[in-house]
Amino acid sequence: MKKDVFDVAIIGAGAVGASILRRLSAYDLKLALLEKCTDVCFGVSKANSGIIHAGFHHPVTSLKARLEIRGNLMFDQLQHELGFPFKRVGIIVAAFSYEEMKTVEQLYEQGVANGVPLIEVCGRERLLMLEPKLNPDTVGGLYAPTGGIIEPYRYVFALVESAKQNGAEVKTDFEVVSAKHNDNVYTITSSRKEKIQARHVINSAGLFADEVSAIFGGEVFTITPRKGEEYLLERNAAGFPNHVIFPVPSRVSKGILVIPTVEGTMMVGPTAIEVNDKDDSETSSDNLDKVFAQAMYMIPVISKREIITSFAGSRATMPGNDFYIGISKSAPHFIQVAGIQSPGLTASPAIGEYVKDLLKQDGLRLTEKTDYEPFIPHETCVRELSPAALDEKVKEDPLYGHMVCRCESVSEAEIVEAIRKGHTTLDGIKFYTRAGMGRCQGGFCSYRVMKIIARETGRPIEEITKRGGGSRLLLGKIPVESGARPSPKPKKKSVKYA
Amino acid sequence: MRELEYEAIVIGAGAAGMAAALRIAEGGFRVALVDREDHLGGILMQCIHNGFGLHWFKQELTGPEFAERLAEKVVAAGIDIFLNTTVMDFSVSNGVKTLIACNSEQGVIQFNARAVVLAMGCRERNRGNIGIPGTRPAGIFTAGLAQRLINVDGYVPGKRVVIIGSGDIGLIMARRLSWVGAKVLAVVEILPHPSGITRNIVQCLHDFNIPLYLSHIVSRIEGKDRVEAVTITPLEGGTPEHSKSFRIECDTVLLSVGLIPENELSKKAGVTIGHDTGGPKVDAHLMTSAEGVFACGNVLHVHDLVDFVADESTRCGGYVVDYLRDQIGEEKQGAVTAGANVRYVVPHRYVPGRDTHFSLRSIIVKDRGTLLIKRQGAVIKKKTVQHVKPAEMIYFKMRGSDLPATEGDPAPLEIALE
Ligand SMILES: Cc1cc2nc3c(=O)[nH]c(=O)nc-3n(C[C@H](O)[C@H](O)[C@H](O)COP(=O)(O)OP(=O)(O)OC[C@H]3O[C@@H](n4cnc5c(N)ncnc54)[C@H](O)[C@@H]3O)c2cc1C
Ligand SMILES: Cc1cc2nc3c(=O)[nH]c(=O)nc-3n(C[C@H](O)[C@H](O)[C@H](O)COP(=O)(O)OP(=O)(O)OC[C@H]3O[C@@H](n4cnc5c(N)ncnc54)[C@H](O)[C@@H]3O)c2cc1C
Repeated sequence: MKKDVFDVAIIGAGAVGASILRRLSAYDLKLALLEKCTDVCFGVSKANSGIIHAGFHHPVTSLKARLEIRGNLMFDQLQHELGFPFKRVGIIVAAFSYEEMKTVEQLYEQGVANGVPLIEVCGRERLLMLEPKLNPDTVGGLYAPTGGIIEPYRYVFALVESAKQNGAEVKTDFEVVSAKHNDNVYTITSSRKEKIQARHVINSAGLFADEVSAIFGGEVFTITPRKGEEYLLERNAAGFPNHVIFPVPSRVSKGILVIPTVEGTMMVGPTAIEVNDKDDSETSSDNLDKVFAQAMYMIPVISKREIITSFAGSRATMPGNDFYIGISKSAPHFIQVAGIQSPGLTASPAIGEYVKDLLKQDGLRLTEKTDYEPFIPHETCVRELSPAALDEKVKEDPLYGHMVCRCESVSEAEIVEAIRKGHTTLDGIKFYTRAGMGRCQGGFCSYRVMKIIARETGRPIEEITKRGGGSRLLLGKIPVESGARPSPKPKKKSVKYA
Repeated sequence: MRELEYEAIVIGAGAAGMAAALRIAEGGFRVALVDREDHLGGILMQCIHNGFGLHWFKQELTGPEFAERLAEKVVAAGIDIFLNTTVMDFSVSNGVKTLIACNSEQGVIQFNARAVVLAMGCRERNRGNIGIPGTRPAGIFTAGLAQRLINVDGYVPGKRVVIIGSGDIGLIMARRLSWVGAKVLAVVEILPHPSGITRNIVQCLHDFNIPLYLSHIVSRIEGKDRVEAVTITPLEGGTPEHSKSFRIECDTVLLSVGLIPENELSKKAGVTIGHDTGGPKVDAHLMTSAEGVFACGNVLHVHDLVDFVADESTRCGGYVVDYLRDQIGEEKQGAVTAGANVRYVVPHRYVPGRDTHFSLRSIIVKDRGTLLIKRQGAVIKKKTVQHVKPAEMIYFKMRGSDLPATEGDPAPLEIALE
């Protein structure tokens, strides 16, 4: 019995839970990551701006600023080991009045005090040289070259894969609904009545951390969702900037940003509106106009016509607006990692480190593995290959020669690889491979991907979902003699290759 | 990596690509026809309804039947066909056109050719393009994808369906869904008039008692996992009147909100794209801004009848033959512009004294319209057109004798509707 007990169970497979898991996987520990969704990174960690902040926005007195700065510095090493898309493109804060310039100077001083490297204040000329598409009415601004951009889902998938490779277990479709503590061991039950046991539990359930805390008899607190809507614009969009462009922040938010993505698309957003429903991910047309008005003030050539999709995620905020990370005083061996709003993505590697130290403080023995493997195998992306390299790949595996997603050039081999890694929903495959993420938003490839999932998993195609749960894509099969009209199958041409 | 030389390469083996390739082969040139699908015929293979071929084959056919007829000729003509082969890159340098394509059997193929025909068809506009607010659950399909799921794969995408857009594809899908037992609850059209042809309104909506809401929009999609409902809002004076909104419970939303030429590859080759059509700009020989690169079919501008696609593409193939024979001379071309009430005219240039086919789309709806062909401030030709509407492309031929040379450079031609 005791052999099956996990040393640590981590609840929530977002950037935070995954970072903690991966950090702990370097030690001789039996680890479980519990996630209520069908796949990892289906929470807020997939719906954000993907910015690795430089660390000048918050005073260093807050925990979130300390972890943000430390987290930022850890990304080069992580990318080296895990190979996810990440680029230090730099951050620009553009000022449009001398009043705003004063705030820029304050941000500069705060950045210097926080130890942000290479940060500088720019005059108008220099700023326009760095970012020629900027509205020429700018009067100057701040430049922080260590700020960066990341594909957040690729980052989380890589963390989880690395941890799995080092022995950690991941249980998806596992919604924690109850827990009991006996003999120093928690018995945790899922909504499907599965049970697991663990000695230490980490609450990194994002927006639901308050509910999970209650399940374990931890501190009472409330998470308030603050929704942010973002708009994604196509590749080669006219407004694609060189850097992440921020306006001068107000007291409540960092404002509407213009963000290049590592993959060459761009985003504008996010809004910041408190909502009641944690699952609220609606976008509205009023916000669209506001977001674009603000973004176009900074970069006038941005065009609504280039929108390919929109999405929304909510920041998990707590009173005081800081992260709340600590050993619970009311539940034994229970660590709270709550209120991880922005810059949670940036801070996540540092949170992993911080939680590891808390576990040690809480009595967990940490013995380093001798065979810890920090590297994961590099994934082949057809869109990054030269024609000659692709030709070689097709010889290895013919499926590399079959393009499934036309917009993002994703081959069947990449889809099959994603399925083998456990991503078996349309969204899971989209986030893992980018199939369906381009201009046509899956109009061309989604049924092809569904067929491949059905083939690889042996499940009927009607059971394939968009993202698990009740998100079924097809609602039935046409009986052979159903409709009033026959439906002749198009004849396939038996044409030989030239 | 394999390298293959051809005199001409046609990208896309739909009606357009097949017709163009056939004409080039008939002219005696070596031509390759490349398509990423596993069949010839392109979009036609999922259009199993009737209504194809009345002009071209003088017979009413289904989409696959139309495709079949062309395909037989293509095979008989000995054209080299590459199926399951995606063209990934296209560049032009020093007159040589290079395509990088890929398939599972042969790996990467580099095609070099003197002439290239763009015949990649079009893609459907999607939710992001029209920005419908709300959640993002399963159950939102473009009409063409739904058509493919039903007609080719035999699956029912939904049971209670609301269709956005009253274009022909949406209308045909309303009927198709009804036939397979789904309930189509509404067709919602932002414009005050239907975008599809009248025959389809009657046969696909009225015959099934499907309500058509004109001047209405879908202002919200609800549902967490699967679509649960939509909110429909009337437009009054062009703006949504939210107090008059109503909600329809449904599990599926179909988008039939227009097609856009597939111009990714065209852009890679540096071809100039027209803002009016969304496809390449072409001269009197259907040649794009890149010398030796031609375009026809839906990649050039969205057609509603395959017969016109076949006609245009056959002519395009003829121009390619002329080009390969060095018979496209230095004749001066004049500009063609869209005048009053006309959204676009293709081609964008003409040669005086030569017969020219024009395709155009109206902006207005009118029972009886008049086409005015103007030059140097004077109307040089008038033509009556029945049932003018944006949904129906106007296709007509001008005789060379009606387009005499002008003094000096050919004067610009303007085509207007009234
Ligand atoms: C619009 C927006 C933009 C942002 N931009 C940035 C940015 O540019 N840079 C940056 O650094 N940060 C940004 N952030 C913040 C960042 O996204 C978050 O801080 C980070 O993703 C939080 O990660 P998480 O793991 O805590 O949460 P999540 O990713 O939400 O993970 C929590 C997981 O817990 C699971 N869960 C919940 N309850 C249970 C249960 N009972 N049982 C099992 N599993 C459960 C959930 O399903 C979820 O997967 C942004 C946030 C938003 C909303
Ligand atoms: C749903 C629907 C219903 C219609 N109904 C009617 C009707 O009732 N009557 C009528 O007369 N007309 C109808 N039409 C119109 C007519 O059928 C089409 O306009 C015509 O078939 C388009 O032909 P095409 O060759 O231009 O495009 P397509 O048939 O779309 O062919 C383009 C081909 O190019 C290929 N391709 C694209 N990019 C690449 C690449 N990079 N590499 C390799 N291959 C590529 C595609 O795979 C495709 O096969 C309908 C059209 C649609 C979409």
